[in-house]
Amino acid sequence: MRQKEKLVVIGNGMTPGRMLEHLFELDPDAYEVTIFNAEPRVNYDRIMLSPVLSGEKKFEEIVIHGDGWYIERGIMLYKGHRIVEIDRVAKTVTADTGQTAPYDKLVIATGSSPFMIPVPGNDLAGVLTYRDLDDVNAMLLAAQARSRAVVIGGGLLGLEAAVGLKMQGMDVTVVHLMDTLMERQLDAAAGFLLRRELEARDINFVTGANTKAILGDKKVTGVELADGTVIDCSLVVMAVGIRPNTGLAKQAGLTVNRGIVADSGLTTSDPDILALGECVEVDGQCYGLVAPLYEMARIAASRLTGDASPSFAHTDTPTKLKVTGVDLFSLGEIADGDDRDEIVLRDAAAGIYKRLIIENNRIIGAVLYGDTTDGAWFNDLKKKQTDISDMRDTLIFGQAYQAGDAMDPLAAVAALPDDAEICGCNGVCKSKITGKITEQGLTTLDEVRAHTKASSSCGTCTGLVEQLMALSLGDAYNPDAVTPMCSCTSLGHSDVRRLIKAKQLKTIPAVMQTLEWQTSTGCAKCRPALNYYLIADWPDEYADDYQSRFINERVHANIQKDGTYSVVPRMWGGQTSSGQLRAIADVVDKYNIPAVKVTGGQRIDMLGITKEDLPAVWADLGKAGFVSGHAYAKGLRTVKTCVGTDWCRFGTQDSTGLGVRLEKFMWGSWTPAKVKLAVSGCPRNCSEATCKDVGVVCVDSGFEIHFAGAAGLDIKATEVLGLVKSEDQALEHIVALVQMYREQGHYLERIYKWARRVGYDEVRAQILDNDEKRKAYFDRFVFSQKFAQTDPWDERVSGKDKHEFVPMTAIKLEAAE
Amino acid sequence: MNANLPAWVQIGHLSDIPRQGARCISAGGVRIGIFRTADDEIHALEDKCPHRQGPLSQGIIHDGCVTCPLHNWVISLRSGEAQGADEGSVKTYPVRLDGETILLDLGSLR
Repeated sequence: MRQKEKLVVIGNGMTPGRMLEHLFELDPDAYEVTIFNAEPRVNYDRIMLSPVLSGEKKFEEIVIHGDGWYIERGIMLYKGHRIVEIDRVAKTVTADTGQTAPYDKLVIATGSSPFMIPVPGNDLAGVLTYRDLDDVNAMLLAAQARSRAVVIGGGLLGLEAAVGLKMQGMDVTVVHLMDTLMERQLDAAAGFLLRRELEARDINFVTGANTKAILGDKKVTGVELADGTVIDCSLVVMAVGIRPNTGLAKQAGLTVNRGIVADSGLTTSDPDILALGECVEVDGQCYGLVAPLYEMARIAASRLTGDASPSFAHTDTPTKLKVTGVDLFSLGEIADGDDRDEIVLRDAAAGIYKRLIIENNRIIGAVLYGDTTDGAWFNDLKKKQTDISDMRDTLIFGQAYQAGDAMDPLAAVAALPDDAEICGCNGVCKSKITGKITEQGLTTLDEVRAHTKASSSCGTCTGLVEQLMALSLGDAYNPDAVTPMCSCTSLGHSDVRRLIKAKQLKTIPAVMQTLEWQTSTGCAKCRPALNYYLIADWPDEYADDYQSRFINERVHANIQKDGTYSVVPRMWGGQTSSGQLRAIADVVDKYNIPAVKVTGGQRIDMLGITKEDLPAVWADLGKAGFVSGHAYAKGLRTVKTCVGTDWCRFGTQDSTGLGVRLEKFMWGSWTPAKVKLAVSGCPRNCSEATCKDVGVVCVDSGFEIHFAGAAGLDIKATEVLGLVKSEDQALEHIVALVQMYREQGHYLERIYKWARRVGYDEVRAQILDNDEKRKAYFDRFVFSQKFAQTDPWDERVSGKDKHEFVPMTAIKLEAAE
Repeated sequence: MNANLPAWVQIGHLSDIPRQGARCISAGGVRIGIFRTADDEIHALEDKCPHRQGPLSQGIIHDGCVTCPLHNWVISLRSGEAQGADEGSVKTYPVRLDGETILLDLGSLR
């Protein structure tokens, strides 16, 4: 196995992130990768910061690579370490924290930093830029004061910041140097329409205004313009442009111009150092839009894996404005010129303005306002330099009109050539999308995003992608369709749960008949789910249909790959005793059980037991006081604890006691998916309560209740429900929350996914703030436990379901002769 | 005794198996799953999924098929063929119901 080369990446933004994706696709074992990220976080989608600022999205939703992504690829990610020195002789890099790392190949992706106009007061508290998540958080904090904000800069970023702050309730004024907003992309007419649209949302504008000074002694109090007018405000957002971060490269002696100079293979003046993203300059051009940056990422990855064929070349990239509600598209040359003419279409009522800039019968530029569906087509015509003279008089109406027949919404996208680019960010053309849809049988937008990456970055091409799906799937594609429970029904989980209650359906055949199941007896997906929903809704009336349960829940043990089973007795709060350990040891010897393992849930697992031996094993364990640990159940699994005030010098409460009490109260309950709890005796959190379904962190003043954590497929810290004073209150809140989940969760939907679906605030409103609701949930849980809390092992030792554990017969072939 | 003459032998009663459930029998070193469908049809398959030899007798039974408990392959009880995109099949054994008694043809085992 060849020795892996060391690759160090400075910067963890979208471009290096995409490069690593390509690199691991091309050659996963080529490099041992280390990333230094000055920002203390993982790679997220910077384009989607605007919806976070306006409150439409949460940060988790715009993360591109979660922690798991790095771990799976063995990448070392240093968060919050800023590289301060590159030693090109020793080939090492050093961070401000003193951390150093050697490299065989180095990639500089330090991005760009917002440009601060050199006016007095630009360093006052309350003057922010709009570049990363810290800026957004600072702006959200400032916005809580609901006072006035001034945004300096009427370009793409400035307008998005203005709309975001407006939606957060601030009074916003945009100060712009030029007369036309976004003058680099829009002409005066489109600029006017955009301004009118944003003014209608009472954002104020001062154009042709030069900022002279920012006022205030320690905190900003206002902005003074060149003509003397003063706008008082408590927040200033500087969004006048960005500058490539070249300091580090310059200090390391690399050739630097406006950006770090790199050739068409993204290699700098040092053959072992590449540079990509906003910090780089190729043929005198710097780039800020995703499409060219992702192109650099693809090329850099090929170069790093020894393929020198792809090279980076400049292409005009259309700009799409994502100010919610305003569709804007701008491409190529838009200035007037004597050898240029134009075709303009205005529809005042519909607020539509389209302008095509033509030079000797070829499109060289386009501005679309209000209706941008034909952007992709015009871009395609421009790229191919198609002669438009014969379609000149219908050109402006868009592609669907060329044949002159009635406007079929899909005609436009159907007529697009196969290599027409649909998704600019990821360079995905039409045939790639339609091909993958038919090849892999994709039916939902998320599947198309996963398989082709189209519409997975900025999302403005989502409409086009959906049209392509409608084109390829016909009416099989229904965009707002609910994903059905399984192929036996078109109903989703929520509908089925609601109908079970509304129509008082109390058996599986009743559900299937009334809800018109398309199969006679359901399937392995819906039957276990229906069985759970009926138990949860009618605990006293519904008889558990064991044949509808997965084998583990039917036999109360975990099936292994060889058909043997594993048995995990319950150990309350993870506590055990010499007696219990001796009993386990005896059982292991008596039935010569091949494997004994300590589990992640603070219990002991015995593996490799034959099905026939199970009742006998349970009988012996039962004599030692053990009950089933439900390690197989979609139900309460474990309550991990630390020793708390019993022993620990830091303990603030009796965490073990509370853990045991919770487990004794909740064991035996069935839930939509497994539920794991933990109680930590102090904020050092030794029992990892903050990545459990429900956790408790004990503090001096009481019990901090946490929920919606995850530490399996996904890694997610919990949300805080609230602080309660007493153990009784902690128990009541936790039980009520789990009951709410029992009543609303979709089968196999863990608490963290359910909580995100219904909304963390909704859970707090019903459980923390609403006492009657909490009590009602608590009582319903207690009621259902009356029927659920019987030890399944003990039942089976005394003969229940004997048929499960005894083969029907054994016939000897010889005897039959 | 001629090997392929059917030799029906009793292996149990319908009531020994829960509806939409299965029981196993061992016959000459082979483990065979005896399956009872929702409408009381009886089928017999070797208790080894073609995919990874999982015990089909432990699976959930629906629409004349059983879903293997290990990796969710769906196997037809009648033909032993894997359904959907999966490829493979498992040996079936002739069984029949005589009133309440289940009979297996031993001839098929030689």
